[in-house]
Amino acid sequence: MDSGLAGLRPRPGMTHMFSFLYQKKFRDLFWQAFVLIGVLGLLAFFVINASRNMREAGIASGFDFLWRTAGIEIPFVLTNYTAQSDNWSLLFVGIVNTLLITFVSVIAATVLGFVIGIARLSTNWLLSRLAGAYVEAVRNIPLLFFVLFWYFGVIAALPGPRQSIGIFGVAFLNNRGLIIPLPNYPSPFGKAVLAILAALVVQFVFAAWARRRRDRTGKDAPVWAVGTLLLGILPVIALTLATMSTSWDVPALRGFNYRGGFVLVPEFVALFAALTTYTAAFIAEIVRGGILAVPKGQLEAAAAVGLRPSQTLRLVVIPQALRVMIPPMTSQYLNVLKNSSFGAAIAYPELVSVFMGSALNNTGQAIEIIAITLSVYLAIGLCVSALMNWYNARMALVTR
Amino acid sequence: MSTLRLIRQKLFATPLDAVITLVLAFLLWRALVPLVDWMLLDATFRGASRADCVGDGACWVFVKARFGQFMYGLYPVTERWRVDLAGAILVVSGALLAWKALPYRRALAIAALIVLPPLGIWLLAGGFGLRPVETREWGGLTLTIFISLYAALIAIPLGILLALGRQSRLPIIRMLSIIFIEFWRGVPIVAVIFLASILLPLIMPAGIGIDRLARAVIGLGLVIAAYMAEAVRGGLQALPEGQHEAATALGLGYWRATGLIVLPQAIRIALPAMTNEFIALIKNTTLVLIVSILDLLGIAQAALADPNWVGMNKEAYAFAGLLYWLGCFGLSRVGLAMERSQAKNEKR
Repeated sequence: MDSGLAGLRPRPGMTHMFSFLYQKKFRDLFWQAFVLIGVLGLLAFFVINASRNMREAGIASGFDFLWRTAGIEIPFVLTNYTAQSDNWSLLFVGIVNTLLITFVSVIAATVLGFVIGIARLSTNWLLSRLAGAYVEAVRNIPLLFFVLFWYFGVIAALPGPRQSIGIFGVAFLNNRGLIIPLPNYPSPFGKAVLAILAALVVQFVFAAWARRRRDRTGKDAPVWAVGTLLLGILPVIALTLATMSTSWDVPALRGFNYRGGFVLVPEFVALFAALTTYTAAFIAEIVRGGILAVPKGQLEAAAAVGLRPSQTLRLVVIPQALRVMIPPMTSQYLNVLKNSSFGAAIAYPELVSVFMGSALNNTGQAIEIIAITLSVYLAIGLCVSALMNWYNARMALVTR
Repeated sequence: MSTLRLIRQKLFATPLDAVITLVLAFLLWRALVPLVDWMLLDATFRGASRADCVGDGACWVFVKARFGQFMYGLYPVTERWRVDLAGAILVVSGALLAWKALPYRRALAIAALIVLPPLGIWLLAGGFGLRPVETREWGGLTLTIFISLYAALIAIPLGILLALGRQSRLPIIRMLSIIFIEFWRGVPIVAVIFLASILLPLIMPAGIGIDRLARAVIGLGLVIAAYMAEAVRGGLQALPEGQHEAATALGLGYWRATGLIVLPQAIRIALPAMTNEFIALIKNTTLVLIVSILDLLGIAQAALADPNWVGMNKEAYAFAGLLYWLGCFGLSRVGLAMERSQAKNEKR
């Protein structure tokens, strides 16, 4: 930090007046004040310019526009939004659509990524090479390429409704999107979900009780058997029962189009396919890295103390691999959230395209709209990071 | 004999393995044969128009006819030599500087960094004796490379400064760096490109217009700077504390200790990570499409709307995708090679 004051090196005979210039405390304070004033000055410069430019262009400011009618038709709405709703509702539609595409893509990409990552570690040469080729091919091509490719190259090239591709006779894929069946309104799915949640709570309590008892008495309880029963078999039964007793609104061809069911628009299907296949390649690498990060000695030690292979996997490999995988997985999930905005390129009505695109065009209130949109992403990102940090801390404690 | 045993071991070790191998081989066969047929055997290479493509295969005539656009966008044909010259200067100077025995390598590198960027802009944009070409007419691969390089020119120095700021012991500087980095890393790049194209003209004094392309480059540069900063921070953290302490003990001040001792080592460690960020930058340049700037992917997308070449989706995507893949894959190999040579150096 002395370069700026190099000419003022203390010389014998120099007065004490300037000696404070050489004190570390003063210099630290000086440089920080210097940078802070510079940054604030730059910000002030921008704000003054913006307010003058907006005044001259006659752009209103303030957040009143949020309560005014949006007047924008949205083709894919899960809320009760109509073109007469206000801009608040429009913002909400954008957030819901963003979260929906993020949620389904994250789940599908995680499953696909685990399959590919484990395939890449397979001893089968062909399988591991194919998985490797997939990862190298996908990671080195832009995501936008996949979005456009799926939208214009694949979905648009699908046959029309009359030649739809049926999926088990209940869902239909054609160039107008994917039409899926919906349960009619009074459905027992709520009860099924409640039953599963109850099973989850029971399992948690049971596991905690078993752990305490083992610590106290050394007796083992069949936690995994009970867990499989409660969380593996019970949900299947509950969901099957619910599915069978529901009256389904199955889409059916009437004339030139499908009636009934729920239409997932082509934009949704294309964005989902692109996000899933793209992110899966990155998750596959994380999974591979996580498993490889478990030292070989751990496996040998597990075998030496007499653990069965399934126990080795459950008690030794997975906990340690997960600990390595969680931080990069978090950033991948956040990437999916941010990358869902690639939907703007094909007009999937997610947050950026409906709010920063349509609403901004309508109202012209750039600064307010940009601030709101970015805050939403930052807030969701902070929540996810906090959650993952909490989970990470737990994992780290459990395994150490 | 040993080959046979190897095949058995690698492909047919267990009955399950055998089933997997056979199923995959069958699927691969079913996928590869039509692909090769389409790309090569049934494809049309000769001709000049849509009418020449009669086979079932790919119509590479389309790519041939539009090759100029894929490379230069709508850049005037008579001025394309300027793009070529800029590219040649870039390649030659890059190759010269990569040559380790070059005399005065350090001074020349600094000179190139000062002289070449304005020279490139002058060659492409014109003025001062050259015919002006508006950025509206730039496009294709030229534009992809232009945006990547100039955004990196913003991102790398800014990223290094931010990384140093984040590691600083001065709380205000550290806070400001963290806010900047986490803000840009937390928002989608699509939103940043929108933001730059809308907000930049708004926050400038009246009368100062910022070119549409420049806005996109600045927006991308700011985001990538935040990611670069994290890559550089990795290098700074990997460096033993003793390096800085030793430099201080020798009497070097902060800037000289950082510039002469800490940064050169930290950046060498961070280079593979920085290469990855550069690859991410190249992939993200495609997003300028949403503000109607036609880079390589944009020009391929625009070519689909040409009434003379209806239904060329597969060809356009295959060509653009292959170019992106070659560029990014090549760079990722460079990054890997750097990582390996580092590991070797450490062992010695």
